[in-house]
Amino acid sequence: MADTENRVKEIIVEQLGVDPAEVVPGASFVNDLGADSLDTVELVMAFEEEFGLEIPDEEAEKIQTVGNAIEYINTHASKAEK
Amino acid sequence: MKLKEKVALITGSAQGIGKSIAEVLASEGANIIISDINQELSQKTADEIKAKYGVKTLAVGVNVTRLDECENLIKSSIDNFGKIDILVNNAGITKDNLVLRMSEADWDAVIAVNLKGVFNCIKAASKPMLKQRNGRMINIASVVGQMGNAGQINYSATKGGVIAITKTCAKEFASRNILVNAIAPGFIRTSMTDALSEEAKQTMQSMIPLSRFGEASDVAKAVLFLSSEDSSYITGQVIAVNGGMYM
Repeated sequence: MADTENRVKEIIVEQLGVDPAEVVPGASFVNDLGADSLDTVELVMAFEEEFGLEIPDEEAEKIQTVGNAIEYINTHASKAEK
Repeated sequence: MKLKEKVALITGSAQGIGKSIAEVLASEGANIIISDINQELSQKTADEIKAKYGVKTLAVGVNVTRLDECENLIKSSIDNFGKIDILVNNAGITKDNLVLRMSEADWDAVIAVNLKGVFNCIKAASKPMLKQRNGRMINIASVVGQMGNAGQINYSATKGGVIAITKTCAKEFASRNILVNAIAPGFIRTSMTDALSEEAKQTMQSMIPLSRFGEASDVAKAVLFLSSEDSSYITGQVIAVNGGMYM
């Protein structure tokens, strides 16, 4: 679980070019981390690649914060990786 | 060689303008994906271009009205070539009739190929291009999308729509260095325009200041320009290749 969280955070830091300290569960990609709408699409693409997932568009729209991403991946990646 | 090591995918490229585009891009060193609803002819064209220009080619039979097929097309392109630099949305059909005689089926069929097909291919190709942080999308519109044409309510609507798609995608993808432009050919000699009535052809020729029809290669050379580094500051534009028919 902790490992997933770290990997998610690393992706966010790399993709958005933000300070790791800002990447807290409550942080919104758009409002707090300065992502534009295309950045959020790319973030989801990066999560899909890293965790071998396919995140449907309607689910992807709900992933708006760091916490949302960690939660979604914890729920879904565990199945994919086992 | 303006396109050495580049990978170009052209829809509707087994014959006609699409094939001519594929040949011109191949002549500048691009590896080519021929995709067409006609799988057999796609393979023949791909083999021909490979032999003639010494580039790598791939043939994929695709119905562009289906998003899943377009996604598979992009996947095969990436699997084979590792990337996709240039997408040319050329696949198109006509089913002409006066508004009052136009059947719902003919309306739907042309919208599905010419408009939805462009959306499908752009949606599928945008993912790898976003990751690459570069790409060119070139949509083949038509002069009738700019000026209208009696007897082509469906076709002209799709081509006007393609111009709007071009401008929207240019704005959406600009920050990722993906340039999106359209070409609006006028009257180009192909099997598609041969299907028009003699009367329609004569009327159109009288409207062309250069008073001759264009050739597929005229369109292909404009595609080459929009595919190459020569056009790196151009996006969201519609280049008219129409002999002055519409200005």
